[in-house]
Order: sequence, then C-alpha cells, then structure tokens
Amino acid sequence: MGRYIARRLLQMIPVFVGATLLIFLMVNVMGDPIAGLCGERACDTATAAQLKREFGLDKPLWQQYATYMGNVFTGDFGTAFNGQPVTELMATAFPVTIRLTLVAIVFEVVIGITLGVVTGLRRGRPVDTAVLLGTLVVISVPTFVTGLLLQLLLGVKWDWIRPSVPPEATLDELIVPGLVLASVSLAYVTRLTRTSIAENRRADYVRTAVAKGLPRRRVVVRHLLRNSLIPVVTFIGTDIGALMGGAIVTERIFNIHGVGYQLYQGILRQNTQTVVGFVTVLVLVFLVANLLVDLLYAVLDPRIRYA
Amino acid sequence: MPEPPPQPQPQPNEPEGAVAGTGMGGGMDLAASEASTLEPASHGPDGPAGSAATGAPGPQDRPRSLWSDAWRDLRRNPVFLLSALVICFLVLIAVWPSLIAPGNPLRCDLARAQDGPRPGHPFGYDGQGCDVYTRTVHGARASVTVGVCATAGVAVLGSVLGALAGYFGGVWDAVLSRVTDIFFAIPVVLGGLVLLSVVTSNTVWPVVGFIVLLGWPQISRIARGAVITAKQHDYVQAARALGASDTRILLRHIAPNAVAPVIVVATIALGTYIALEATLSYLGVGLKPPSVSWGIDISAASPYVRNAPHALLWPAGALAITVLAFIMLGDAVRDALDPKLR
Repeated sequence: MGRYIARRLLQMIPVFVGATLLIFLMVNVMGDPIAGLCGERACDTATAAQLKREFGLDKPLWQQYATYMGNVFTGDFGTAFNGQPVTELMATAFPVTIRLTLVAIVFEVVIGITLGVVTGLRRGRPVDTAVLLGTLVVISVPTFVTGLLLQLLLGVKWDWIRPSVPPEATLDELIVPGLVLASVSLAYVTRLTRTSIAENRRADYVRTAVAKGLPRRRVVVRHLLRNSLIPVVTFIGTDIGALMGGAIVTERIFNIHGVGYQLYQGILRQNTQTVVGFVTVLVLVFLVANLLVDLLYAVLDPRIRYA
Repeated sequence: MPEPPPQPQPQPNEPEGAVAGTGMGGGMDLAASEASTLEPASHGPDGPAGSAATGAPGPQDRPRSLWSDAWRDLRRNPVFLLSALVICFLVLIAVWPSLIAPGNPLRCDLARAQDGPRPGHPFGYDGQGCDVYTRTVHGARASVTVGVCATAGVAVLGSVLGALAGYFGGVWDAVLSRVTDIFFAIPVVLGGLVLLSVVTSNTVWPVVGFIVLLGWPQISRIARGAVITAKQHDYVQAARALGASDTRILLRHIAPNAVAPVIVVATIALGTYIALEATLSYLGVGLKPPSVSWGIDISAASPYVRNAPHALLWPAGALAITVLAFIMLGDAVRDALDPKLR
C-alpha cells in the first residue's frame, strides 16, 4: 500500500508540472501579463519595460516558472492587481465553491445512485426507459441553459428562490445552483449505476445471497450495491475537480462569488497571478481526488490489492 | 454459446485509473466510458464480428460483417432514424439558412426590441430588436461547423497518435499517456477561457483549434486501447508472418477492427463540442458578435429574461435539440456496434 501511494505520488509530479506549465505558458506567452495593469489603454514602452523588470518578466520563461512554483510551495501565490494577496482571494472564494461542490455531490450521490438502482433493477420497464430518456435530455441541454431556465422559472416566474445568491452563500441558498451544477454528472451517475447494477444482478454472489434467504433489501444494499459502486465512485471522485473548475458557468448565472467568479474576473481583467494561482490549486485538487478514489477501491472491493 | 466475457477487474494502474474523467462534463465522460465497454466486447473468442453475437447463424450463412450487421440494426431503430432526420435538417439549414429564413440576421429594429411574435416573425424579437427566428436559423451554421470540424480534427489527430502509441508501445506510448494525463487535469471550460480570451479573431477557427487541442487525448486513449486489443488477434500475427509491413498491418488489418469505438465516441463528442462552443460563446470567449451563434444569442438574451424569455428559449431549444440529436445518434450507433448489449 505504502509503495503504491509513493509511486502514485511520483506519477503525479509530471502531470502537475505539465498542467501548470501549460496554463502558465498560455497566460504569459499568449497573453500579455502587464497589459491589465494599464487598464484599457496600452502601456507606454518605458512603463512597460519598467514593470517587466519589476515583476521579473524580462527573465527567461523557465526561470519565471521556477520562481513562481518556488513561491507557491512556500504559500505565496503573489498579489492580484488590486493589491490583495491571491491567497486572500482564495480564502474567500474556495469556501463558497466547496459548499457548492458539496451540494452538487450530495445530489449526485443521493438522486443519481437511487435512480440508478431503481432503473437497474427494472431494466426494460417503462420507468427505466423514462429515466434513461430523461438522463439523455439532461446531458444534452448545456448547463448554462439549464441554469438560466431554472433561474427564470423558480426565481423569476414562481418566486420560490432568490434569482441570485447573496455573498454569504449559505448551504440552503446553494441548493438550486448545486442542482444545476450537478445536473449533467447526475444523469451520468444514474446511467453508470444502472449499467453496473444490471450487470451484477446476474452475478453468482447475488444468487447465493438470494438463495440464503436474505431479505431483498439486504441483498440489494449490502451485496449488489457495494459491488456495483466502484465505477460510480471513480466517476464522482474525478468529477470533484471538474465540478470545481466547471462552476464558472453556474457561478456566473447565479452570481456566486466563488472560484469560478474570481477566475472569470481574473481572465477578463488579465489578472495573471489570480488565474495561474487558482488553476494550480484546482489541478492539485483534481490529482488528489483521483488518488483518493484509487485508494477507495480497496475499501469497496477487498479483492483488489495494491502491490 | 461462448463463455460470457470475463468480468473486468478494476486495475488501479491502468491509465484509465490514473486519471480518468475528462472535466469535459458528463457527455464526454459518457462517450468515453461507453467506448470502453465496447472494447472488451470485441475480444470475445471469435473476434469483433463474432458469429455468436449475431444470433449464431449456421455455418452455411454468408458471414456478415460487424458493419452490415450494425447497419441492419440501425435501419430499424426509430431513435436512429429520428436523430438522423434532425441532423440532416440541421446540416441543410446550416448550408442554406436562407432556404427557410430569407431575412438578414443582422437587420434589427430597436423599436421592436423584446416584442413578442407577430405574423412573419414567429419567434418574436430579442433585446436589440433582431428577429429571433432568423437568428436561430442562421445560428445553426456556427454550431454545425464547429461540431463537424472539431470532431474531424480530434478524430484524425487522436486516432493517429493513439494508434501509433498502441501499436508500437514503448517510450512513445509512455510519453503519450503522460501527456494525455496532463490534458485531462485541466478543466475544459477553464482552459478555453484562458486560451481563447487572448485570441481576437472573430471566426470559428480558434474555437475549433482549441477543441482539437484539448479533445484529442480523449480519442487517442480510446484508439490506443482499441488498437492494443486488435493487434493481439491471430490475423495480425498471420499478416506479420506473411511479411506485411507495419503500415499495411495498421491500415488494412488493425484499423478496420479498431475503428468502431472511435466512431462511437466521435459521434457523441460532436454533440458535446457543439454544447462547448455555445458555452464558450456564452462566456464571451468563443464566437463574438457580429457572428451569429446560439451561445451569443442566449448570452445576450439572459439580461432580458424577465421581459422577453422567448429570445432565450428559442435558441436554447435549438441548441438542446441539436446536441440531443447527436448524442442519441451516437447512442444508437453504440447499441448497434456493441454485440454484448443485444
């Protein structure tokens, strides 16, 4: 187990470096990192040169990247253009997005797995066909359309929720945005659970459990579900990173001041430090979530051994 | 009856396990996983076009290929026919939008801003007083162009790189696997925002290029798996023993047997790419006005949603139907090509 974790951690290093380097290059080479400092007008050449020297942008790229990463690992993500440290922005933004992601994952787990079990056990029946069709529709409608529609119906027309979320963004205000964020993954979790359950239903151990005379509920929950959850757990784990990064659209629709909002503002204002810093953290979250999922395998399926 | 395919054991060290998921949203993940269920199905005891899969025809029957079999299935599948019909219609209005909407999508009359439908203008007017019907019809072109071009680019680049990695293995394969891991670690919408925000061009090509850049690892992973499965078959050994070159083996023997999962993923991906283009345009970095695109229209209509919801609903509906058509088409093709599900 220890050796496996060590190997996986080593494997993560090139991916982390590659992904952050890619974003770093996109921002610094394709964009102009100091353009945002002069507002809408172009900087005059003397100011630009002075700023470049000040921020070390005249040094070779690899040196800039190395300096940046060195600072990141000491907890210094640099300063946004308004003078606020990026870590301060993160401290306000991440709790909101984590709450939003949490709501989304709860929806995925509760609704997705329930629907998946129900349809997987009744494969081919009307309820199965209906849910399957429903998931296809949910997958096909892009998130921003779902979000705008729900905002229009629930927030404006029926007045059930507030159309935009206040800055504190407590859990109950994030229910509808969380549902929107989760919608596509929710449909996917349903389909995945359904396939997995339908496949395992004919397995020998299920027949044994039924033959032993166990109550149906126990067969489904303890035997069938536990064995069918492995692909679902994989998906949900990898989805954490995608949800946090993909919240840009949802956060824009519902005016939630989380990671997506900060990133969107950072990109619009060409605020290099904010963008690279947030993306670095998101990539880390993604990689760690992936590692945790792989370790969870062993809990769900004791046959799996890590050498 | 052949024995059922062995239950795939999750292997923590598979590349799929190392970094799965794409960050592309469920649709893309859906495509990926459905293709991976396709692969194990095709290494049954009698190859991809196994006779057992086709309902065990007697030995005197003319052997049918996987493709003719799939086509027979598809022709009788109402889902396939319906989505194919919708797609044909979309392609038609993408090529000749003036066929059903003769107006100019850029001609707007501010005096009629946010007005409801009236004769000759069935969908009403948007916030700038432009005719929503004309704009919705003309918006199909951007979506279809991006979808088709991006899918073609992704499919070609991804399958060539993936097939070479799967066939030759070794260092090249290891490098490619790590590179795909890197691309999977970047959330797609985020990458799009960063990359496209610095592009000032107002055509579909930067968007297509971006999708190809972030989309190819998906297909290459699928193609790599399919090629690895196909190259273990006896006919490949036979071809090699007869002295066939690598090129010939890859093109004549492996490619026809490994292309099915790629086609399935590419079809489903086409739908998700259309949605991605609309999302990027909605965020203001994809296509930009005066281009006509559903994403731009939805973005422009969202501030007026309280007074003129129709300006949002029509392009959104068109977008949803388009994506749905492509995903259902991919789903139907998958069902037809995957003998395990019959």
